[in-house]
Amino acid sequence: MSKGKVWKYGDDVNTDVIYAGKYTYQQMRPEEMASHALEDLDPEFAKDVRPGDVIVAGKNFGCGSSREQAAACLRAAGVQAVVAKSFARIYFRNAINLGLPVLQSEEASKNLKSGDDVEIDFGGGKIISGEKVFKFPPLPDSVIGILEAGGLLEWTKKKLERAK
Amino acid sequence: MGQTFSEKALGRKAGKRVRAGDVITVAPDYYLSHDNSSAIIGEFRKLGLKKVVAPEKIVIVLDHIVPAADEKYAQNHKTIREFVAEQGIPNFFDIDAGVCHQVFSEASFALPGSVIMGSDSHTTTYGAFGAFSAGIGRTEMASLWATDEIWLRVPETLRIEFSGRLSPGVYAKDVILKIIGDNGADRANYEAVEFVGPAARDFSLASRMVLANMAAEMGAKNGYFEADDKTLEWLRARAKADYEIVMSDPDATYEAVLKYDISTIEPQIACPHAVDNVKPVTAVDGKPFHQALIGTCTNGRFEDLAIAAKILKGKKIHPRVRALILPASREVYLEALKKGLIEIFVEARCVIVNPGCGPCLGAHEGILAPGEVVVSTSNRNFKGRMGGRDSEIYLASPATVAASALEGKITDPRKYL
Ligand code: SF4
Repeated sequence: MSKGKVWKYGDDVNTDVIYAGKYTYQQMRPEEMASHALEDLDPEFAKDVRPGDVIVAGKNFGCGSSREQAAACLRAAGVQAVVAKSFARIYFRNAINLGLPVLQSEEASKNLKSGDDVEIDFGGGKIISGEKVFKFPPLPDSVIGILEAGGLLEWTKKKLERAK
Repeated sequence: MGQTFSEKALGRKAGKRVRAGDVITVAPDYYLSHDNSSAIIGEFRKLGLKKVVAPEKIVIVLDHIVPAADEKYAQNHKTIREFVAEQGIPNFFDIDAGVCHQVFSEASFALPGSVIMGSDSHTTTYGAFGAFSAGIGRTEMASLWATDEIWLRVPETLRIEFSGRLSPGVYAKDVILKIIGDNGADRANYEAVEFVGPAARDFSLASRMVLANMAAEMGAKNGYFEADDKTLEWLRARAKADYEIVMSDPDATYEAVLKYDISTIEPQIACPHAVDNVKPVTAVDGKPFHQALIGTCTNGRFEDLAIAAKILKGKKIHPRVRALILPASREVYLEALKKGLIEIFVEARCVIVNPGCGPCLGAHEGILAPGEVVVSTSNRNFKGRMGGRDSEIYLASPATVAASALEGKITDPRKYL
């Protein structure tokens, strides 16, 4: 379990503010992508985020375009997980497939504030912040496998190797 | 306890009984991609594989920028053609075929009870034929090519029951816009949407495709209509493989049931810049605009063109308006040509563009200048989608767009009936 701080945002955080459209057709290295993460929502984020930090948001996180970079840039920034009341469908898939854990917890979404210290117990389905513990439905084994491999492409590579 | 369509269709593929919320791994029947296949090829190459696992399941339709508008797009198409030849992919449709969702349906890959994945968000369209079909990202399409497997979460289901009959001048497009306006663009996030009830059966297949297509604009994973006599009639001449009709059990569990008496619905329009910003057409009646677009994967089928042609016949569109007609496929184009619709359009001063996506995604063939307004039959009106960031997109039925094109301002089509 690694520790981090909470970055708290509201409802309907869309993929445009997570990763602006003007960058989507440029090839960028992960560090460069990270430097643009959440640029149009919170310019402080990219400067101050530390590995292990957690984004906490309201409903429908990641709505809008299907651009995969909106998940990749947060992972590159070292974000340990995104916790939200709900996720837009394609964002949820893209996040898992790019190795970014996305956890659904209405309670955590309601109660956590920016700057709170937080730890995540992925196997136990728990988000821990001081005395407070919030449960999330544990991710299914197949999904955990993809996250542990570091994303779908890596997972697929391993699977292909095993098959050989 | 009974099961929903989606639980059954995915359970058949997973080889076990599944419930909403389960995550399963399945091998879909077909997977669709379009011009984005060149990006997918790039991801696929990273896996270090020589061959795709199941070339016969891959369906590629070039439709987004066809014919190629510049060298970059031309190179994309070339990369795809070479890959198709190298991998022996039998189901490849080049720039002459039309927009992917129409071509895929006409070629009858969309079979009742089948499971289809597409790297396009409007893959939901095949629910019109009783299939389970959902959109996915490019990385997962590459992985699907490599493994013929994908993880899916079995969706909860939102059931929408239709009763009543449409009033004259009101169409499937008005119904789906009304539903999205009432319930919001994330109402069906991650859910299946079943369109049922006597009035759902009254809809033609083309109209069912409008509803299933735009279920994506409510956030849905897939849309669904029960296959019935109309579906079987469509498939009789086209289906190349066996299929089994899958339906929800009467005691299935739904997230919610919405009821719509469609006889109370009047013509609707989605205003800039959100698909759920929906008003009755009468609320924006008289708003001047610059371009009309009739077509796309939402409303470019023969029945749509026929409605527009009926309104435009013997008239001229307003001198200040440019009107683009975009048949959804070559098949639709040919039928429109043989039945005299194209002549009506050209005489009315419309421009016919090549079947495909046309200007729908803002890449070519009718881009808007800053400050311009389009009234379109397509499915998305996000800021800047069809051109400059301060251009505006209104979404409506083919009848509304045709009537508006005649007047040069947004117009209730019922006065042209
Ligand atoms: S017509 Fe528009 S909505 Fe349909 S597939 Fe093409 S770009 Fe997408």
